[in-house]
Amino acid sequence: MSQGFSTPVAAPHTTTSNSPDRIMSLVMLTLAPATLYGFWLYGWPSIYLWLLTVSAAILGEKLCLRLMKQPTGSLINDGSAALTGWLLAASLPPWAPWWVGIFGGMFATILGKQIFGGLGQNLFNPAMVARVALLISFPVQMTIWVSPAPLFSVGAPGPIEGLLIILRGIPAGLDAVTSATTLGFVKTELSRGINLLESVANTPALSFFGARTGSLGETAAWLIAAGGFAMMYLRIITWHIPLAMLLGIALPAAIMHTIDPLRYLDMTSHVFSGAAMLGAFYIATDYVTSPNAPRGQLIFGFGCGVLTYVIRTWAGYPEGVAFAVLLMNAVTPIIDTYFKPRIYGRDQKGRPIQLGNS
Amino acid sequence: MGLISQFFKTPSWGVHPEDHKRPAADAALRVLPTPKQVFLPLQQHVGGAARPIVIVGQRVLKGQLIAEAQGNISAPIHASVSGTISLIGDVTAPHPSGLPLRAIRIDADGEDKWIDLEPAADPFSLKPEEITRMAAKAGVVGLGGATFPSAVKFALGKRLKVTSLIVNGGECEPYLSSDDRIMRDFPEQVIDGARLIMHAIGAIEALVGIEDNKPEAIAAMREAAKSFPEVKIRPVPSRYPMGSDKQLIQTLTGKEVPSDARAAEVGVLVHNVSTCASVHKAVRLGQPLVERIVTVNGGAVAKPGNIFLPLGTMINEILDFTGLVETPARLILGGPMMGTPLAHNRIPIVKGASGILAFNAAEALIPEAGPCIRCGNCTKACPMGLLPLEMAARIRAHDFEGAESYALSDCIACGCCAYVCPSHIPLVQYFSHAKGEMYAAERTKLRTEAAKRLAEAKIARIERENREKQEAAAKRKAEREAAKAAAAQVSETSAETTQGVTL
Amino acid sequence: MLFSVGSLALMGLALGSLLGAAARYLAVAENPIEAELQAMLPGSQCGQCGYVGCAQAAVALAKGEAPVTLCPPGGKATVEALAAKLGVKVDLSTVSDDGPRIAFVSEEICVGCCRCSKVCPTDAIIGAAKQIHNVIREACTGCSGCIDVCPTEALKMNPIPVTLQHWTWPSPSSAHN
Repeated sequence: MSQGFSTPVAAPHTTTSNSPDRIMSLVMLTLAPATLYGFWLYGWPSIYLWLLTVSAAILGEKLCLRLMKQPTGSLINDGSAALTGWLLAASLPPWAPWWVGIFGGMFATILGKQIFGGLGQNLFNPAMVARVALLISFPVQMTIWVSPAPLFSVGAPGPIEGLLIILRGIPAGLDAVTSATTLGFVKTELSRGINLLESVANTPALSFFGARTGSLGETAAWLIAAGGFAMMYLRIITWHIPLAMLLGIALPAAIMHTIDPLRYLDMTSHVFSGAAMLGAFYIATDYVTSPNAPRGQLIFGFGCGVLTYVIRTWAGYPEGVAFAVLLMNAVTPIIDTYFKPRIYGRDQKGRPIQLGNS
Repeated sequence: MGLISQFFKTPSWGVHPEDHKRPAADAALRVLPTPKQVFLPLQQHVGGAARPIVIVGQRVLKGQLIAEAQGNISAPIHASVSGTISLIGDVTAPHPSGLPLRAIRIDADGEDKWIDLEPAADPFSLKPEEITRMAAKAGVVGLGGATFPSAVKFALGKRLKVTSLIVNGGECEPYLSSDDRIMRDFPEQVIDGARLIMHAIGAIEALVGIEDNKPEAIAAMREAAKSFPEVKIRPVPSRYPMGSDKQLIQTLTGKEVPSDARAAEVGVLVHNVSTCASVHKAVRLGQPLVERIVTVNGGAVAKPGNIFLPLGTMINEILDFTGLVETPARLILGGPMMGTPLAHNRIPIVKGASGILAFNAAEALIPEAGPCIRCGNCTKACPMGLLPLEMAARIRAHDFEGAESYALSDCIACGCCAYVCPSHIPLVQYFSHAKGEMYAAERTKLRTEAAKRLAEAKIARIERENREKQEAAAKRKAEREAAKAAAAQVSETSAETTQGVTL
Repeated sequence: MLFSVGSLALMGLALGSLLGAAARYLAVAENPIEAELQAMLPGSQCGQCGYVGCAQAAVALAKGEAPVTLCPPGGKATVEALAAKLGVKVDLSTVSDDGPRIAFVSEEICVGCCRCSKVCPTDAIIGAAKQIHNVIREACTGCSGCIDVCPTEALKMNPIPVTLQHWTWPSPSSAHN
């Protein structure tokens, strides 16, 4: 008995049961609680927006794969497009019009990812590329925030009403619900010459659990952090980027707040508001666009954090996570080049170690 | 604590594949009935192939030298059964290429009669060089898989004044248990062999590293080493590739071998437990290396376990002995992480063959490779601290020099990166391909240079020949003319004389 | 509007002429690339490229008169090296490279005429008159110059046999395509 195998297959002859599909599914699973909380908080319009954005992202990916004559796989393929759409939706104003979701979702996967060559090839985080494109193109729609109107509560839009809000815009009668985010409000007041001490009474409440004005899936800071810890436990991400990014925001915030409490918001407000948590655990940790080695990851994360703080504090936009992440994405290849792990038997610079001091 | 370490576990090399060692490791050692024929390849070691010194039809006894070592790095081959040399020809090499390899075929007579052996009565009274010579004569090579001639390593260790012998009982490859078995069944042979090697290289201690998933082996070895304080049994964490020299040295001694140096230069020498046992047999019994323990394992094997068998036994005979429950979907020589895929089962067991794995379809299934998502799992797993994803990206673009700038040559091909890759990218094959291509390019360069020298030499030769021809022709012409002139002169003078005479 | 268009056009013109002048006055006088190119060629002066020898081929390559695929004995590796040096894009899949080939003598047809050994640029063929000739594998550059002169067609070009020492793993990506 003898049998033939045509081309030899190199070792190893065994492999992990892990796969990109599993990784993407687990990331989505850990992200779900925060987003479900967002659905509850902002009601039907946010559910429709989320659905539209995710579908558009998947559709954009399928379109490109079809054009490039590549197999389009199952409904959500490896899940990366769905995750991109999801992260984008999480960063959108919860009652944004339908075309914001469609345009953003398609933009993310087509121009943010597939145009670079698909999964693993893009230089910039696709969700953030789309978010920035939306913010620059549609500044009005992207900064209309609503006060929380939990599902089934009095005055919250029902399924039909919600659909109409997404399709036709927020009706004039509901104007009362529009509100401002903490960071946005503070920025506006400061620009009007009102210092923090005076404006603090009117500042939208900064609820630790997340019942506040903000993006669809960003407000529940604790739920996002919990999801992040779950990802660390599952060994999907390491602690380096999230910790470095939160430190990058917290340290300058603490220093500046100590210097001038009237002008600069405190550390807690910075860390728990806006996209800081989502950015630290889910956006900056994107495998494709972040450095690979631990030291590089620390630098990358810290850079994201500091830039976020700088943009929030001194630049024109109240929130800076998306810009900060994109800027750091651009330097990721440089970080990767200069901060490689030390090789066994070599020093940090790659030269063989000298005998005697080993 | 457990929870915290799960989050903040210090980045560490290696992987934890499912080990699949039991029940094969626990099954008692079986002895294969002497096969009818054995095929002994002339190259079962790193270095020069051995040269046959027997002729077809010659009768040989078990342990008789049939091919002698050739060159500085080489090892002799001995008959593994008694019988008649019936052929010196090609067999399929135990190599992924499946290319032919010269081998000597012996038809066994079934008597298994040993040649007269010359054991050393008191080896510790002998000079260290004598132990090295006996190991060389017995054809002992590294049995962990590297198959480097052991005697060459002993001489190197002696020259570089190695202080610690590291005995590698790591056996970190899943499925394999031949080293485990030798430590459980013959611990005194291993310990004695280790002490003999210490004597040969002048080491003052022996550290035996055994992965902690082999408690029986650790216990047996501790018992056997009780009266030898210089031999220390050191359990090490089970983590692949703990059995790799560099990683074991670091774990046991804390020393790191510089990338451009050999282990002996940091004062240690690593030898496998099975190698130690063969040194024991070579010195104490005078037996050359003609038999070994081979693990037969995998989902397609009916009765997995460890088999004691003569070298040169065909794999199909071994699989017939253990039985198969189904046709193997893949045959591997060695472990699943670094083993050699075999083209078929008519391939002989060689000195470095620690196991045969016959995988069923489920075990052999490797999903199709997908795109790299830069998750960095390969980087975390790499025991050498390399960046497999960066190297593979460059190799895919044929940028071998770019890959080398990421220290491709430091890669030990352990397979951790490809094992953990969620996209199942065959990273090791990329690296092997690149190393091979770079080696081939180097060879082509040398060849081209040699061709240039030859071409220039030919041109020079032709010029020289032409010149010589011309010179020869000129010389001949000159001679002819000289002769002519002389003749003319003679005739002239004679004319003159005649004239004078006439006058 | 006119002003902006005009100023842009002016700037373009100025910068363009600056570049043009630089190209003219700062040009490297001689072409050191020829020597480098010649070093990449096999150097067996076999003439299969249509030039007298490797030096002449290098000159033609440097001038851009010859394609980088001109050298059959060099194979894919040479094409790649030349293309990289000259900054030329070349589709390697169109280069026929059956691996390097070398000459073999069919011993039963060889009449020992010595013609092949005379043309061999590297003296890779040995054999005296009326004796069967043989090719030294390591010295043959695969120029196939000997094939045409053989009166009995005893010489053939065959791929260099792959041995265990020479075998290399194929690229996984080539297996996929």
